[in-house]
Amino acid sequence: MTEAHVAVDPHASAVGMWRRYVFSTDHKMIGRQYMLLSLLMAVLGGATAYVMRWQLAWPQSSVPFTGWLPESLAYQGVIDPAFYNQLVTMHGTIMIFFVAMPMLLGGLGNCLVPLMIGAPDMAFPRLNMLSFWTFFAASMLLLSSFLVPAGAASAGWTMYAPLSARPIYTGVYWGINLWLIAVALEFVAFLLGGINLVVTTINLRASGLTFMRLPLMVWMELTSAVLFLLSVGPLIAGVLLLLLDRLAGTSFFVPNDGDPLLWQHLFWFFGHPEVYVLLLPGVGAVLEILPVFARKPVFGYRAIVWSTAATGVLSFMVWAHHMFISGIDPRLATPFSITTILISVPLAIVLFAMIATLWRGSIRFATPMLWALGFIATFLVGGLTGIFVGAAALDVYFHGTYFVVAHFHYALFPSVFFGGFAAIYFWYPKMFGRMLSERLGQLHFALTFVAFNAVFLPMFVLGLGGHMRRIYDPTVYEFLRPLMPLHVAATVATIVLLFSQLPFVINVIGSRRFGRPAGPNPWRAATLEWTTPSPPPHGNFASAPTVYRGPYEYSVPGAGEDVLPQNQPPRLRAATPSAV
Amino acid sequence: MRDWFPHNISAVGGAIDGLFGLIAAITLAWFVVTLGVLVWFMFRYRRRDTEAAQYVRGDTRAELAWLLLPAALVLALDVVIDTSSDGIWRRMKLEMPPADLQLAVTGKQFAWTISYPGTDGVLGTADDFSLDAELHVPAGRNVRVVLRSSDVLHSFFLPNARLKQDAVPGRAIDLWFNVTEPGRYDLACAELCGFGHTTMKGSLIVHTPDEFAAWMASHAGSAAAAAASQAAPPAKIG
Repeated sequence: MTEAHVAVDPHASAVGMWRRYVFSTDHKMIGRQYMLLSLLMAVLGGATAYVMRWQLAWPQSSVPFTGWLPESLAYQGVIDPAFYNQLVTMHGTIMIFFVAMPMLLGGLGNCLVPLMIGAPDMAFPRLNMLSFWTFFAASMLLLSSFLVPAGAASAGWTMYAPLSARPIYTGVYWGINLWLIAVALEFVAFLLGGINLVVTTINLRASGLTFMRLPLMVWMELTSAVLFLLSVGPLIAGVLLLLLDRLAGTSFFVPNDGDPLLWQHLFWFFGHPEVYVLLLPGVGAVLEILPVFARKPVFGYRAIVWSTAATGVLSFMVWAHHMFISGIDPRLATPFSITTILISVPLAIVLFAMIATLWRGSIRFATPMLWALGFIATFLVGGLTGIFVGAAALDVYFHGTYFVVAHFHYALFPSVFFGGFAAIYFWYPKMFGRMLSERLGQLHFALTFVAFNAVFLPMFVLGLGGHMRRIYDPTVYEFLRPLMPLHVAATVATIVLLFSQLPFVINVIGSRRFGRPAGPNPWRAATLEWTTPSPPPHGNFASAPTVYRGPYEYSVPGAGEDVLPQNQPPRLRAATPSAV
Repeated sequence: MRDWFPHNISAVGGAIDGLFGLIAAITLAWFVVTLGVLVWFMFRYRRRDTEAAQYVRGDTRAELAWLLLPAALVLALDVVIDTSSDGIWRRMKLEMPPADLQLAVTGKQFAWTISYPGTDGVLGTADDFSLDAELHVPAGRNVRVVLRSSDVLHSFFLPNARLKQDAVPGRAIDLWFNVTEPGRYDLACAELCGFGHTTMKGSLIVHTPDEFAAWMASHAGSAAAAAASQAAPPAKIG
């Protein structure tokens, strides 16, 4: 704690490599560690998608570049059905728990929240380090599950019992045990990280930074952390019970003593708020970027804050929409259908506010802005298609089909990748002191935007055709054979989407050396993180900042400049007309 | 878009496809308008030297109306969707018609077992018989099914009938359907149930009522004969 309160640590350079890059307590380094680990895990998540997509487009053919896999997983390159189930499971697990969470909460939350509220560090820097290393351990356990005999978990990322509860049903032994331990540890890591984030936001705000002056990114991270804290407890308990079912022969989720549906309730009571845990930070990044590049305040700040809170509350009352056809009492469907569709109202307000922010603006299409606008367009599809599956009667048909797969990729990919990349392109100059290449950024955006839509739009059509998700070979079914060209299209687009990330990799690595120096405030933004050098020193601010106004004071009439930073003291007298 | 669905053969299926049409019309209109406004703003308010951004905070009542009025419209449309969905859901799940034919279906890794009541129409008697993967039903009759699982979760899915229901071990779940067109259709498992999930496939064979009665009689006769000759209890049903 004490070192965090030293404004600028004169001994920073004296700290050894080990303390500086590995066991660091500096929120910016921990944030970057989360980011790096999440991007590395995303490579693996993408690789699993590639192998699955290949098998779906060209079933029973040899998948290129998988020759190194052992014969038990892929005989002469042809993927084994049991291995396919492992890929399905690990793709979802990796992308949700080991990419989205560390990128949006661990990475963005850590890097940005203290800087945006004018704090020298998180409230508990050592706890922060512990959170990261717990998460790191969880990641390594998850990865190791690929290497144990019988392979990784294969019961779907939702780990539905009893398939997951008895090894005999999947043939997977330590794979699922390790999955459960890794996920429980991951939850513990983000529980600790979430507490830290909440305490930091409440207690370490700069003087004058009232709640209604907080940048919306901070509001979103805070809401996200609170939702996670309130929802994850039951699932941690559930994970431990499932582990007991596997290791000690208990029957919490196995009939006749236990109930498989109990697992689904525990999973989705967490799982649905989790969707908003992952959505809100992306929304926050977009809401920071829009005003900067439109040069005007966010439209309806308070309406956004209240809508976010309403979304958070509602997100606890919708979980059974994942269970309409699971065998729950059918009378439950209508109330859960109503709450589910009702959640469209606050989300619509946020989306309308984003668009209204552009109204009468002066828009500059820099790379972060492209990603932010891409977020709006794609998330719109994700939100609207949720209504189809939220309507219980229609969900009977769409449940468990590619329609759902397309829907949730349109809901989560925008937040994690459009929001995440928007944030990286926007704050990279702050974190590393160098600008990213605009040209590579535009290329990255254009390719990703087109390829993403080309992957997932066909999946809506597959869903209309009734195509079940998680099946290994669609050609087995008569009614799916006419849909095969759509699989081929989605697979080709997946390969393009994966290669579309190369400009990004080149950009973030190359710009560290060759990028134009950024200076403290390259985008002429108003929030506190832009008032300190790039990258900020240990302790962030040379002296504790004082805040005089809201975070989005752009193009204020009579202000002279088109931006009024939050920490700029108000002038006693209004500017003379000649100064305008 | 409706052409992309598998051919509908069920009495309720038309209503479900209609609900899809309603939601598609509403959401597509929203999508076009919202995206249209976004793209128009992007074009109209692109940076120009002649025009500066205007300081609009969107916090006066008049400005907030631009958020709240569309949101109110969203709410109104939500109510329309909820109401029509609820009506169809009731028809499918809550108001089950009396059964013309009662079957029992059990999912197991990796097959569907269908138990037929024989000519007496009652499950649990000597002329019962079971078939794997073949679901024979008469056209235009209300068929009720008791759905069970003997191991893990499965999901009983008849795409052409727009019907899906999870089979849960430890529970017996009632469902019904009424299919109108004779023919052979796919029966699938729609819940990941293990490495053989994809192959957990069956057929729905819809007969004309006369044809079905004859089919049932021939199978029930041989089942009863087999049972009698062995003096063993009839094929057990779940």
